[in-house]
Amino acid sequence: MVDLIDLVQTLTTPHPLDRYLELVRPTLTVRQMRAEITHVRRSVPGSVTLTLRPTRQWRGHAAGQYVQIGVVIDGVRHTRCYSPVNPEGRRDRHIQLTVKAHPGGLVSQYLHENAVPGMVVDLSPAAGVFRLPEVRPDRVVLISGGSGITPVLSMMRTLADEGYPGELTFLHYARSPEAVPHRAELEAIAERNPRFRIELRYPEQGGGPFDYDELERVAPWFAEAQTYVCGPPPLMDAVRKVYEAEELADRLHSEEFTLSTTPVEADEVHGSTRFSASGARAENTGTSLLEQAEAAGLTPEYGCRMGICFSCTAVRRSGCTRNLRTGETDSDPDQPIQLCVSAAVGDVDIEI
Amino acid sequence: MTILTETKDGPLVLTPDQVEELGKALDELRDRVVADLGERDREYIYSIIKAQRGFEIAGRGMMYLGFLPPVWLAAVAALSVSKILDNMEIGHNVMHGQYDWMREPGLNSREFEWDTVCPADQWKHSHNYMHHTYTNIHGMDRDIGYGILRMDEGQKWNPYYLGNPLWAFLLMVFFEWGVMLHDAEAENIIQGKRKWSDLKPLVKGWWRKAGRQALKDYVVFPALTGPLFLSTLAGNAAANLVRNVWAYSIIFCGHFPSGVQTFTEEETAEETRGEWYVRQMLGSANISGGKLFHIMSGNLSHQIEHHLFPDIPANRYPEIAPEVRALCEKYGLPYHTGPLSKQIGDVWLKIFKLALPPRFTKNPSSAGVIVMRQRKATEVGV
Ligand code: FES
Repeated sequence: MVDLIDLVQTLTTPHPLDRYLELVRPTLTVRQMRAEITHVRRSVPGSVTLTLRPTRQWRGHAAGQYVQIGVVIDGVRHTRCYSPVNPEGRRDRHIQLTVKAHPGGLVSQYLHENAVPGMVVDLSPAAGVFRLPEVRPDRVVLISGGSGITPVLSMMRTLADEGYPGELTFLHYARSPEAVPHRAELEAIAERNPRFRIELRYPEQGGGPFDYDELERVAPWFAEAQTYVCGPPPLMDAVRKVYEAEELADRLHSEEFTLSTTPVEADEVHGSTRFSASGARAENTGTSLLEQAEAAGLTPEYGCRMGICFSCTAVRRSGCTRNLRTGETDSDPDQPIQLCVSAAVGDVDIEI
Repeated sequence: MTILTETKDGPLVLTPDQVEELGKALDELRDRVVADLGERDREYIYSIIKAQRGFEIAGRGMMYLGFLPPVWLAAVAALSVSKILDNMEIGHNVMHGQYDWMREPGLNSREFEWDTVCPADQWKHSHNYMHHTYTNIHGMDRDIGYGILRMDEGQKWNPYYLGNPLWAFLLMVFFEWGVMLHDAEAENIIQGKRKWSDLKPLVKGWWRKAGRQALKDYVVFPALTGPLFLSTLAGNAAANLVRNVWAYSIIFCGHFPSGVQTFTEEETAEETRGEWYVRQMLGSANISGGKLFHIMSGNLSHQIEHHLFPDIPANRYPEIAPEVRALCEKYGLPYHTGPLSKQIGDVWLKIFKLALPPRFTKNPSSAGVIVMRQRKATEVGV
């Protein structure tokens, strides 16, 4: 198959075959994976649940992993990570995503407002080490907050599907009962699996935040369990503290859950830049990233040093940068930027 | 620092403040366009890509009926249009980073390859960096004469240049190969200024890129038409030739018509941003024409706008051209433009004229614009 594609690609050289096929139908690609939205459900206010049918390159996901979705908004392709909420290993090769529309979240807002069946999005293979081990642990604690529910829900559904014989506690923090996505599904799981304990908490409506006593109450055996946590930073910190105090840090698995916002003043000079491909590091001096890299002893490729030739383009893995020509800031991960006309805003990771 | 521009009506003096003002106005124009980029530009480039793919498939398909002369001609025409669109309105512009903001893997300047024998990375070095940074500076911008022609009085004459028209003709016919060899700086190697071993990485790229191109056009597609092998081979070669002649003509009209200015390294040392803009305007020339013509030239017919803003999507050049022109008028700067016939005539006239030693070509017929950048205006007697 691959050889045949290579052969056909000789004919379309220098363009990849997909650049022709996608013009016929966006899901016809041979190499690039895409997915078509087949169902859209907006049952919880402020969030939308999408069912996607990936193209044939899809190899499935392990419960807890995430995928990247790419959508075009006003001409620009934006990519974001989401964890499928459906159990792993299903035959029908669909993925289900629950997307909460964050205030200021470009992609989540867009999907919430515009997703319709038939829409085609980019899809990356499932990735991430936050996942259930092949040999399932005897006891499992799942803790989540807000939209951090998605990867752990996938874990719980997977275990439920498998007829998991062990003990499981699921502790979820939300603003209100209405804000809990898939509540009906949770109730159904609880009904069918007497060994599953499902606890919902609403700190804003009374009921305290996560602490040791709470954990002790809902999972007194937590010391023997594997614990998976995903949610906003305060929740993650609280959980981590308890597990560290109990010297159980190695039994705790977490997924960073960050909102991509620009938290700092664009003109303020602080933070440090990591040049991840070379391991160098530089304090932010407010100059262009090209100059910073050179000051740190690196020799990145460059040409005009004035933003016209694109010789200095490098990938910004994470963090926020400011375009010195337009003043625009941008913090989308894994984006190519021109080093000679970009400055760091806070901590940045550049792959050179 | 003062820029002096000698116009037909006498010297034009731009004060440093005026140059700065002009630069600011152009920066603002740029910001406005950049802030407005969006869906419209995406639709535009994809409509061009669809058209190009359509012409390509039509051209390749019609070669199967190549035994009918009119169909063969139509096939060549379709394939030529496809290659011209691919190279000019798509390839050249995408590789300038004009569509990088779209974040499409297929339209990213770092990954894009075009339907010509020159590897994209080499071209980006000689063109995006060398030519666009050092536009029309002697000894820096290797597009002045492409290392084989005498295209400017500033290049010292020697008997080799008697062949100027012939060299130019050959460059035109084999343009894609000339572009490929451009980054090798062959003349510097002959003069010993560059080592043969410097070529190694370049040759690897040529082999990879040109090999595949030749395989496709001269072996695989002809073979696929079976008994029509030779007819298809000839058709593909003809399409490449048409593209070469067209690309060469448009590109030479961008910087070499009469009146366009060249510069020395001393003149342009420590340039300010405003001065850089002025140099781009004085060093470029437009070609007037209709919408279709602009598209087929990759909007290099708006060479002036392209040189001011090489990374702005090309479909925006016609829109901003009136504003650029108005700015030129405001500051008394020339805005070189004219129909293709005039510009190309100018270019060939220059090619012939500069073949001769300078004493035969004194008093150039059209009084050009002379730019003098001096540290102090008094040094040139104002
Ligand atoms: S060095 Fe030319 S764009 Fe950065």
